[in-house]
Amino acid sequence: MLNTKKWLAGVIAGFFSVGLAVPAFAGGTIKIGDINSYKRLPAHTIPYKMGVELALEHINSAGGVLGKKLELVSRDDNGKPGDAVKIAEELVSKDRVALISGSLFSHIGLALTSFAGQRKVLYVAAEPLADALVWANGNRYTFRLRPSTYMQAGMLAEQAAKNPAKRWATIAPNYAYGKDAVSAFKKILKSLRPDVEFVAEQWPALFKIDAGAEIQALSAANPEAVYNVTFGGDLAKFAREGKLRKFFDGKLILGLLTGEPEYLDPLKGEAPEGWLVTGYPWYAIDTPAHNAFLKAYQAKYNDYPRIGSIVGYNTMLGIAATFRKAGSTDTEDLVDAMEGLTFDSPMGSITYRKIDHQSTMGAYVGWTTLKDGKGTMVNWTYRDGAGYLPSDAEVRKLRPQN
Amino acid sequence: MGFFIVQVLTGLSSAAAVFLVASGLSIIFGVTRVVNFAHGSFYMLGAFFAYTFTSHLTSVVGFWVAMLLSAIAVGLIGVVVEILILRRVYQAPELFQLVATFGVILVIQDLALLVWGAEDLLGPLAPGLDSTVNIFGTLLPEYDLALIALSLIVLVALWFLFNRTRWGCLVRAATEDREMVGALGVNQTWLFTGTFFLGSLLAGLGGAAQLPKGGASLLMDFEILAVIFVVVVVGGMGSILGAYLAAVLIFEFNVFGILILPESTLVLMFLLMAIVLIVRPWGLLGKPETPGQLGQVGPPELPYQLASRPLRFIGMVLLFGLFVLPAFADDFTLVLAIEMIIMSLFAASLHFAMGPGGMVSFGHAAYFGGGAYAAALLVKHVNAPMEIALLFAPLMSGVLALIVGWFCVRLSGVYLAMLSMAFAQVAWSIVFQWDAVTGGDDGILGIWPSAWASDRMAYYYLTLIAGVGGILILRHVLFTPFGYAMRAVRDSAVRSESIGIRVARQKWLAFAFSGFMAGIAGGLFVFSKGSVFPDEMAIPRSFDALIMVLLGGVKTLWGPVTGASSFTWLHDEISRFEYWRLLLGTLIIAIVLAFPQGIAGFVSNGWRSLQNRGQKNV
Repeated sequence: MLNTKKWLAGVIAGFFSVGLAVPAFAGGTIKIGDINSYKRLPAHTIPYKMGVELALEHINSAGGVLGKKLELVSRDDNGKPGDAVKIAEELVSKDRVALISGSLFSHIGLALTSFAGQRKVLYVAAEPLADALVWANGNRYTFRLRPSTYMQAGMLAEQAAKNPAKRWATIAPNYAYGKDAVSAFKKILKSLRPDVEFVAEQWPALFKIDAGAEIQALSAANPEAVYNVTFGGDLAKFAREGKLRKFFDGKLILGLLTGEPEYLDPLKGEAPEGWLVTGYPWYAIDTPAHNAFLKAYQAKYNDYPRIGSIVGYNTMLGIAATFRKAGSTDTEDLVDAMEGLTFDSPMGSITYRKIDHQSTMGAYVGWTTLKDGKGTMVNWTYRDGAGYLPSDAEVRKLRPQN
Repeated sequence: MGFFIVQVLTGLSSAAAVFLVASGLSIIFGVTRVVNFAHGSFYMLGAFFAYTFTSHLTSVVGFWVAMLLSAIAVGLIGVVVEILILRRVYQAPELFQLVATFGVILVIQDLALLVWGAEDLLGPLAPGLDSTVNIFGTLLPEYDLALIALSLIVLVALWFLFNRTRWGCLVRAATEDREMVGALGVNQTWLFTGTFFLGSLLAGLGGAAQLPKGGASLLMDFEILAVIFVVVVVGGMGSILGAYLAAVLIFEFNVFGILILPESTLVLMFLLMAIVLIVRPWGLLGKPETPGQLGQVGPPELPYQLASRPLRFIGMVLLFGLFVLPAFADDFTLVLAIEMIIMSLFAASLHFAMGPGGMVSFGHAAYFGGGAYAAALLVKHVNAPMEIALLFAPLMSGVLALIVGWFCVRLSGVYLAMLSMAFAQVAWSIVFQWDAVTGGDDGILGIWPSAWASDRMAYYYLTLIAGVGGILILRHVLFTPFGYAMRAVRDSAVRSESIGIRVARQKWLAFAFSGFMAGIAGGLFVFSKGSVFPDEMAIPRSFDALIMVLLGGVKTLWGPVTGASSFTWLHDEISRFEYWRLLLGTLIIAIVLAFPQGIAGFVSNGWRSLQNRGQKNV
């Protein structure tokens, strides 16, 4: 017992000393505060961080920005918005970071958006998809890189409209992302094809899908096509049950994000075939810029990039370009520089729109197939995000103007 | 016809794996009275082990051998946890063991990440059962039938074990009366260990058996936790057949519920639990709890005493320190201090119901989050200023607690705890689902303090006054007639009744007051973060409060404050490390082992024995 207590005292003392050892300033560097759910969803956030670190390596070996090197201060948000805000406060006031970037979950991204607006701190959202982040709750200090729910749903709807299917069913996780994804898809598909009807919708609880029951319920409505927004473990269960119960036969199935390696690869040999999906076919993008990125990534990590990797890489490229254009690390200068900023990325040229701070980074739309026992995308095309955003007049209505 | 039958069978097969896991939880609780939060982690480990074993054993026989091996492996891990950790804290106050199991969850999460990696693992189809059967034109996977059969086999085997073997007989006896079994010369230690083995084994089997339906992932542990608790409680704690019936009931409800109301997936299970518990307070096949039976061990609690002079002095010094803190501290220290004070008030409000009130709530986040949402909604929809919103927050939480309390206070022990959790989940799913008003999962943003308090130091003082004031009020109430009556009701309901205390009303008002005070914490919280999300009402937030109270020491008045401050601070410090969950979990387990009375309990026991020694010397 006594030993346990001694040991405990030692551990506690150890933590104290570690806490004190963190330097408040590091000379000659510009700090970037990185917040992400590294423990809650490591399968997504670790590739993100690998992409970020690769980009920093490239930027710094090319001399950094403004004569200084970029330094990442990375923290785990525990998957909780309250914790993320606390850490953001700490990064800004204690670590003196020039800006905050990162996050994957939409609600955490939104919490940081609110924080950024209040504390006048630049926040570059990397992966959260919520439309509200740049529209309903957008503010001067928040920018977002990844194509939003609305944009990706629009890309699928455009392609789906070319299919003769009229009876549609939807299945999406029962939370904000799922609902946004379904309502955007419905709206866009209806506008392109007024003759389609939606005959069933299912809303399984996130990561708690009862796949057999959901498939039964969907097939009862006898749809010709299904728009599927489930992902992760839910997608695996849905794909497996649907295949076993021959639910997918003869139907057009759409999968939002299903082609992203994070979601497609765990399915291995059971990856769905013939689904129309958005994703990231890193193995087949043959442009000089992407080849260089792919080569560097594989050389550094001996692993292939996921969508998170390329988002992380592009996020940092955009931030470096912002510093260069602004010529300072002052938040107001950075925001002004980032509005309308165009930079080159492995996916091509990307612009942060002045009107709503959404970037024009696009996504790849294609069909899934099985190759060498794993899912891949074929017949895909890159859709530039600029083409899938509402008109400027509509955006002005969506976003608070001040 | 085919559709209907397949739908029923699908429900039965979904219920099967959950029943296996829940029966394990029920057995463990029945005998050891440990509310094992780590049961979900055992389930997850079962799936991971099965993934590894089935990748080596690919034949038809091999598959089932792998299932069995995984179950046994998890059973052995359960034994290790029991021997190394839980066995040492059986004598601790009621429910204290769940803090240790919370530490185990954290440790297993990081270990599983280290061993199996971050990516979801897709389970193989069961060899020989990888196709479907045609039932009147509708297809059903063969493995669904295997799962149904497996659950029935386990149900019968468990019945046989408990009714036809000597060991089972002893387990049942221990469930009825542990003391008596011990007095009759049965070695309780190994009985408990054996029970833990069986319970963990069943969790592992459940995890392994669901592998061909899904796979293994790092999120499985928390995903199953709520549903197995619901199953155990609806079925009746300790009743295996009850657990089976409850699992089937819940999943059949779900299977047909989504046909009629597809969006009901979040709330259906908890509504069902609330209804069952209101109609049958001890679950479908459970037996009524006798008061005090619920793991109340150790000597009876001493009456609370007003703080002695030295203690008051220490308190004044601490308070003074908090008042001058902004002069020395940097901005972030203030942010952290604000959070520590808010969490202390939240924990103290739970402690009020749980310690002196004797009503454990597993759903206290409903009042914390309820207060936060009440304030945020008022700001968002009627543009109310912060001051009004902060007053409104506890009122709404108080009303919510009044409503929930009316149902809950007729129950006791774990049933009360679970019913409060059911209501909290219902409240959570309303907030989660009602986008138009609450913003759903996207939360409510831009809830910042009024201009005068938007400076961090100003907000710190506001929090300090409201928070510390709240804690002192909670403390003060214990020494009013209301507080004395409440403790009387806890210690002996019958005697209290006979001297004219209206027991039910006393408990009801105490419950509501506790919720009211949690609402203050919630209101302060939302203005310190600027936004609120349904997470603040969810189960993990309730668990946080529970851990804080127990870690600090449920039997002391300043335990919750100690627990909340140290937990918040530790969490913040440790989360800088990559494998922080492993560290935090280990540390929590170490604290549990070193201070079975909680941190504050340990200090005050030490203080008391020091005083006693002093008196003897005189």
